[in-house]
Amino acid sequence: MKLRGIAAALDLVVRAAPDKLDTEVTGGYASDLLSCVLAKAQKGNLWITLQAHPNIVAVASLLELAGIVVTEGRELDPGTVEKATEKGVPIFTTPHATFTIVSELAKLGVAGVD
Amino acid sequence: MDKDVRKEVTKLQELTYELKVEDAMTREVVTVTPQTTMAEFREILRTHRISGTPVLEDGRLAGIVSIEDLIKALANGEIGVAVGEKMTHSVKTLYTDEPLVHVVGQFARFGFGRFPVVNRHRELVGIITQGDIVRALLRELEIDYQEEEIHRYRASHIFEDIVADETALVFGYHVAGKDFSAAGEASSSLKTTLSRLGIAPPVIRRVAVATYEAEINIVIYTDGGEIVAEVQPDQIRIEAIDGGPGIPDIEQAMQPGFSTAPEWVREMGFGAGMGLNNIQACADVMKLDSNVGVGTHLDIIIYLDERGRA
Repeated sequence: MKLRGIAAALDLVVRAAPDKLDTEVTGGYASDLLSCVLAKAQKGNLWITLQAHPNIVAVASLLELAGIVVTEGRELDPGTVEKATEKGVPIFTTPHATFTIVSELAKLGVAGVD
Repeated sequence: MDKDVRKEVTKLQELTYELKVEDAMTREVVTVTPQTTMAEFREILRTHRISGTPVLEDGRLAGIVSIEDLIKALANGEIGVAVGEKMTHSVKTLYTDEPLVHVVGQFARFGFGRFPVVNRHRELVGIITQGDIVRALLRELEIDYQEEEIHRYRASHIFEDIVADETALVFGYHVAGKDFSAAGEASSSLKTTLSRLGIAPPVIRRVAVATYEAEINIVIYTDGGEIVAEVQPDQIRIEAIDGGPGIPDIEQAMQPGFSTAPEWVREMGFGAGMGLNNIQACADVMKLDSNVGVGTHLDIIIYLDERGRA
């Protein structure tokens, strides 16, 4: 499923890189620990997290993730959107909790990767 | 322009500043005269598949006439009248050397479909539509893409072109301590470089993850350090060197989950005590030396040949 379709189905708010929504999502990964993400998340995965600082962009860019969903209505740090725009990493926000988003993604057929 | 401001400017915006009207405009302009009839004008639009033309009188720009004028004329049954009676007289023109960013603004402001382009002697030299701008930008992006391909091609053949018993390319990166805003830049630059060298993506991933973890350790715990990558035809060696404080007990530091990171760093999702383990998982060979008060030296090797995993 494409990022654009997922964003529409889950009512995610696009905060950066709206021109990069045609990526095919290869799976999902949820964690707030960056080392876990670095160890597990695969290219093309959608990453669900509470972290909202600019370093999440570096992690997503290194791993070539499809995008990042920041949950719980957490406001993005200043600089996160700017960095994501520069690196072309789509970032979404949602008022919902991580578990809610993950279960909705599962219904859409987006699977875990481990 | 200072660096941070420049970062905010996307590639397309950059191009709209770089490209001039003359880079995008159509040079072969179809024109009519005030004496041309609206019926003849209709045929001209149809044959050339355009939606408007400048009107020239004795070689000078006298006005502009569009498909909208034609529709009005048709509605009023005035298809036989001369263009001169239906055209817009005061023509908004653009100069050849205006940047496209200005032109985009003019299209938005006036809502016109086209602007005649004149040189500084006010002579008509072209015409520009929004379609012309889109085509020029796409052409330019295509050129950029081809240049990146050429970079890639040249870089990936470098080892074949060098004649030596042993070849190594060395890339060095400075990492500032305690500066989370620049954290990841060294790993990101190394990743781009390796990708241009044509290194296999699974290997690049391992190098990127190991280097990122090493870089983050330098950022969190030290006042700064260096990352040096040495690429040989059969292996990539990465060294991360800092000037202290050093690790008192390496065995303890290697325990998954052990961390001395301060609380605020943990809140950012760093300092989970898995960095060194991630590095070990990515490396084929890993050596970690540290002296308290002196510094830490991490040395890892990832093989590119049959000794490696990818």
